Amino acid sequence: MTTLIKSPVGRASARPGGRRPLTHLQRDALAGYLFVAPQVLGIAAFVLVPLALVIYFSFHEWNVLANTFTFVGVANFERFLADPQVAPVMRTTGIFSVALVFFNISLALLLAVMLNRSLAGITFFRTLFFSPVVVSLVAWTIVWGFLFQDNGGVNGALELVGVDGPNWLREGPTAMVAVVIVQVFKNVGLNMVLFLAALQGVPQELQEAARMDGAGPRTIFTRIVMPLISPTILLTFIITIVGSLQVFAQIAVLTQGGPGISTTVLVYYLFQQAFLFGEFGYGSVLSLVLFLIVLVLTVVQWQLRKKWVFYEN
Amino acid sequence: MRTDSAIETRPAETLGQGASAPDPHTVAGRAAILKKNSDRSRTGRRVLFYLALAVMSIPFVMPTWWMIISSLKPISEIFASPPTLWPANPTFDGYVKAFEMQPFAQQYFNSLYISVLVTAGTMLIASLAGYAFARIRFPGQNALFMVVLVGLLIPSEVTIVPLFQIFNTMGLINTHWPILLVSTFGAPSVLATFIMRQFFLSLPIELEEAARLDGLGRLQIWWRIAMPLAGSALAAVAIFTFLHIWNLYLEPTVYLQSPELFTLPQALTRYTDAYGGQLWNVQLAAATMTALPVLVVFVLAQKQFVEGLAQSGLKG
Repeated sequence: MTTLIKSPVGRASARPGGRRPLTHLQRDALAGYLFVAPQVLGIAAFVLVPLALVIYFSFHEWNVLANTFTFVGVANFERFLADPQVAPVMRTTGIFSVALVFFNISLALLLAVMLNRSLAGITFFRTLFFSPVVVSLVAWTIVWGFLFQDNGGVNGALELVGVDGPNWLREGPTAMVAVVIVQVFKNVGLNMVLFLAALQGVPQELQEAARMDGAGPRTIFTRIVMPLISPTILLTFIITIVGSLQVFAQIAVLTQGGPGISTTVLVYYLFQQAFLFGEFGYGSVLSLVLFLIVLVLTVVQWQLRKKWVFYEN
Repeated sequence: MRTDSAIETRPAETLGQGASAPDPHTVAGRAAILKKNSDRSRTGRRVLFYLALAVMSIPFVMPTWWMIISSLKPISEIFASPPTLWPANPTFDGYVKAFEMQPFAQQYFNSLYISVLVTAGTMLIASLAGYAFARIRFPGQNALFMVVLVGLLIPSEVTIVPLFQIFNTMGLINTHWPILLVSTFGAPSVLATFIMRQFFLSLPIELEEAARLDGLGRLQIWWRIAMPLAGSALAAVAIFTFLHIWNLYLEPTVYLQSPELFTLPQALTRYTDAYGGQLWNVQLAAATMTALPVLVVFVLAQKQFVEGLAQSGLKG
């Protein structure tokens, strides 16, 4: 290598228009810029510029029909503070996220513990529980909408055990329950797989040693397994919260935010204001609110990741 | 402790089983009794365990099953009470109507070509960027990587309003361009870049150094040395990108207005009668046609699917 660098004449003769060592580094850097250019320019054009525009637009009012774009100061922000729908929408968003995360994580953990053994047919069951993850989201939602009809499959099943089921999607509280159910069963398989991987990382020797010392399965689980997989649980927790804030298709297909505004979460409200009512300025304010919530959650996630890095590899 | 008492209550029963009954007073005998007892209760426990799993799997499996069989039922049977687990008079009526009521073949093609194009584009862009961020040193690299990571931080729902306005100004509303461009170059591809970078970081660098001494340029090293080794990472990227685009709903709803431009998720929701009531058998037939091919591929390539999607879950 040193001989190569020190004999530019030799290299020049081997390659017409030969390069000096410095140019070699430069060429490498140029390659680096060219390699990352599509991605970096794409992010700039489709993420950074729009993000700046959200802020800019939140101070403006854009009337599509009249094609006017006017500066309105903080009017959109004032509207947000005075909007009587904001409180219920935020409450709905919070209830939805908490319910979703609670049931998703508990069920995923339960399934992972149950399926973390080598028995005949275990892989088959893992496949079954994972399968909704790959079913088209809207198709999955449509089937559940079908099952949740007043005379649909869910009430049919309830009738068999003598329960007169509600008209799920027509009443506020049950509509919320329905949306949560649809989303939980759709994605629990993903968290289950993450937990399974974490459980398989718990050293067998530790559990054996505890068993030798007379610890029962419950003690082993709460005292040894849980602490060891807690980083995965925490991260999954935050990923699932952020995901729950982005739930849109399920609500648009299942309830359109209704009945009333009982299932209108922030993303759906934003979509409604901007794209159904043409309130782009106000929609921008709602986008900013969504961004701030996700930002806080992500920063928390990063801080936690710094504390518990050992799960990463 | 518990095992001891279990032995204490059992000896009579075990002893009665034959001349070769193990002696509970020797270590070997105790072990034999323990094994026998646990064998018996283990079978029972296993049956219960499988039963519990089967019951728990109902809400995971039943909807898909229900979608498929209901799509084959005539409209008169679809809400029959009690529900029929298998169509009494199977019919492909719903399937035929799905194509008659909307340009469903065109919509299917739209979804397919958009998903394939975005997936291929993402694999190319992400593997190039991921490789450069992992291997090449250039000034400003860390800053540029941070810029890319911002894409992970910002949900696409946050930027949909200004993106709509940008594309509206450019006259690209009601075309596939916004979906193609934003999905390939924007936020959705960042996760892919991140995963490719992680993968290339884990590759031994010696291979590339040898190639560099042989005078290969970066593009050749990337294409001829690094990429052929990146199969697993590329498969993961391909799977989660394809599924993400195949399922995209908000963006098509915002950008597309003409039925012949719709993608499948959007089209599925439009099977209604003149009064806005849902035509369930048609809708479920279309849903089946949307979901089933992906499910089949999943069953064939489970390992890659689970690994690929788990990666996107962890890093996302």
